[in-house]
Amino acid sequence: MLPSPADVIEAYKKDWQLMLSHTRVTLTETFIGLSGGIIIGFLTAVIMDRFAFIRKMIYPLIVISQTIPTIAIAPLLVIWLGYQMLPKIILIILVVFFPITISLLEGFSSVDNDTIRLMRSMGANRLQIFRYVKLPNSLGHFFASLKISVSYAVVSAVVSEWIGGTDGLGCYMTRVRKSFSSDKMFAVIILISVISLLLIWLTSILQRACMPWEKTKIKRSRST
Amino acid sequence: MAALEVRDVTFSYDGETDVLRNINLTLNDGELVCLLGVSGGGKTTLFNIIAELNRPQKGCVLLNGEDITGKSGRISYMLQKDMLLPYRTVEDNVALPLIIKGMKKKEARRRAVELFDKFGLESTQKKYPSELSGGMRQRAALLRTYLFSADVALLDEPFSALDTLTKSDMHRWYLDIMSSIKLSTLFITHDIDEAILLSDRICLLGGRPGAITDEIIIKEPKPRSSDFNLTEEFLSYKRDIISRIHSQS
Repeated sequence: MLPSPADVIEAYKKDWQLMLSHTRVTLTETFIGLSGGIIIGFLTAVIMDRFAFIRKMIYPLIVISQTIPTIAIAPLLVIWLGYQMLPKIILIILVVFFPITISLLEGFSSVDNDTIRLMRSMGANRLQIFRYVKLPNSLGHFFASLKISVSYAVVSAVVSEWIGGTDGLGCYMTRVRKSFSSDKMFAVIILISVISLLLIWLTSILQRACMPWEKTKIKRSRST
Repeated sequence: MAALEVRDVTFSYDGETDVLRNINLTLNDGELVCLLGVSGGGKTTLFNIIAELNRPQKGCVLLNGEDITGKSGRISYMLQKDMLLPYRTVEDNVALPLIIKGMKKKEARRRAVELFDKFGLESTQKKYPSELSGGMRQRAALLRTYLFSADVALLDEPFSALDTLTKSDMHRWYLDIMSSIKLSTLFITHDIDEAILLSDRICLLGGRPGAITDEIIIKEPKPRSSDFNLTEEFLSYKRDIISRIHSQS
């Protein structure tokens, strides 16, 4: 059952077009889910940071929600929402928003208190403090969690496709598994890993573009 | 008229034990007054009251005759930590108080950059704070404070985190710049030399609850040379201050 590398390459040659079209579907789900997760995670973090009582109220709920195994809710989502893209996107959102929320919250609250006092002494209001201090301060945290979230999102997309649907790398995976084509199975596993790696790499590039001040720090630490 | 006046200020954190009692302090236009006292003596608390971060139980703070007690956003301050935001370039850091006041970013930057040369910050506009040395960062922090409130500045041990050589460099720079801009300054320090070198007047804060116990006027005319601290006159001021501090305790 262990295919030789040559078999795997052969599988790519044979099924390349098919894999590409499935990849397109999986990537679409990943991007929509990831964006949704980031938006919801960001809003949740902002609200939790602003209102302490809401933070106390929903923090435990968010943590508990993460203890439910993805694989267990995936079939339920399919039953409730059908075989289309929606249940998959929701599953990705559920997985992604947690690390985003927690890391942003951490970033918001790790701001130096003296800096906030200085801003207040300058007459800054809450929104200005958020915009000029808290938000940029949390960017590093945000990107660290985004790198994790990106790979989670791809895996979640694939898992949700296992459960039901007609397109996506997960569906393709189920099909080749059922037909015992271990060469194609290996091919698609490698493909998924490569996609995840590429996305993580893209995230790093985005991070460098968004945080140009980090570059100068790295340069300094290398030169000293 | 006094630029800044602190009248009869009494403050306690818990409502029972006074940290400061009946503090009266006047800062005249263009004057530099040093608040000298031991650590934990309430210097920074008084300072927070003037910056309107703490509200006194009794008394008031007047800025150019106007009662500003409890109104933040009028006087800015500078600490030994420069508190430059690491993710903003130096010019954007310095221009931030103007932006907070509602000025357009471009205009705020232009106003800030105009003063860069004067403050010895040439060609650092586009750099990030992590690329600057400690002394340069303090210069930027002082410029930020100056842009925020050009009439009165509060400096809380601004140079105490610097090494001795940089510190005396900064003193020279500071004396130099103060001769060209008119800034009424309240300067907190526990460094006697620094107090004598820089100030027109020194107020000793001591006792528990904290009160202003003595006032010493430094008569040496300004601008002072940085060799002032090697003169006999300087030493006699120092002896005087030390003996007064000892008689407090």
